Amino acid sequence: MDALATYALRLGDDSLILGQRLGEWCGHAPALEVDLSLANVALDQVGQATHFLGLAGEIEGKGRDGDALAFRRDVMDFTNCLLVEQPNGDFAQTIARQLLFSHYQELLFAALAASKDARFAAVAAKAVKEVTYHATLASDWVVRLGDGTEESRARMVAGLDWMWRFADELFAMDDVDAAALAAGVGVDKAALRGAWDQRVDAVLAEATLDRPATRRPVLGGRVGRHSEHLGHLLSEMQFLQRAYPGATW
Amino acid sequence: MSDPSKEWPLWEVFVRGKGGLSHRHVGSVHAADAKMALEHARDTYTRRMEGVSLWVLPSAQIVASDPGDAAALFEPAEDKVYRHPTFYKIPDGITHI
Repeated sequence: MDALATYALRLGDDSLILGQRLGEWCGHAPALEVDLSLANVALDQVGQATHFLGLAGEIEGKGRDGDALAFRRDVMDFTNCLLVEQPNGDFAQTIARQLLFSHYQELLFAALAASKDARFAAVAAKAVKEVTYHATLASDWVVRLGDGTEESRARMVAGLDWMWRFADELFAMDDVDAAALAAGVGVDKAALRGAWDQRVDAVLAEATLDRPATRRPVLGGRVGRHSEHLGHLLSEMQFLQRAYPGATW
Repeated sequence: MSDPSKEWPLWEVFVRGKGGLSHRHVGSVHAADAKMALEHARDTYTRRMEGVSLWVLPSAQIVASDPGDAAALFEPAEDKVYRHPTFYKIPDGITHI
């Protein structure tokens, strides 16, 4: 794949894997309303994935569509960041992941909406409205849980502690990112870090939580070095198309 | 959910379908406070482009008529057909009336 196809693939993989993860909550959330709210976020993500993966296949030009990319690639070929594949854990851990990712995604899509490539810009302009709500939702929950009961606070702290080491990867720039940026298509992700820090710090302050201690960042998702969690996720997500290739309904 | 006293309070949800229409009662959600109630209302009742505006209010704040008083309150209106504006012709193309 060339750089732009890979760029689209990464965007699609982030949304796809997070959507699948959030979908695991369906029927299991703490309350019916929360169940719907997580499912809504999941469906927004899957919708974004459909657009970005379709675009990746189109740019690649080898006849692979979004479904082929989603359901017929192996774990090493996935280019999502490690954050989105992290297990749901308890509700607080899921919300911690959402806080870190949604604020990143909102800043990213806001910038990508100004892409010179109209296809990227169109998806981003639509999706930024969705993820703005996700960021608000996640922030509200972090404040509620962090500034809540002793137990909710302890769980929120543990959730953030789990997710924090995967935040740096969101802003890492490699050759693919640099090529997309140089072409006027992609976003300077490193430049989003300051705004992201401000937003996340403000939420943590309102939640009366400390920023988790800085730890060695874990990288590798963009080049297919994933945690063991992704393989299990894919085995469930891809089961139907693996068992019954091309099945439709 | 086993202990009802620990459940979030109930809120009634009203959705305005589009500009110019009234907010209409669509159902209820559980939520800890007004902000969460609005989010839950949004996520529960406007997923299919049902609305452009939302109201939520605590169900406990609704003052309802007593069903036992229904006869005295409502039945006297039954034989007063002259109160219905049924003698006007409604022009074609008028909706929401």
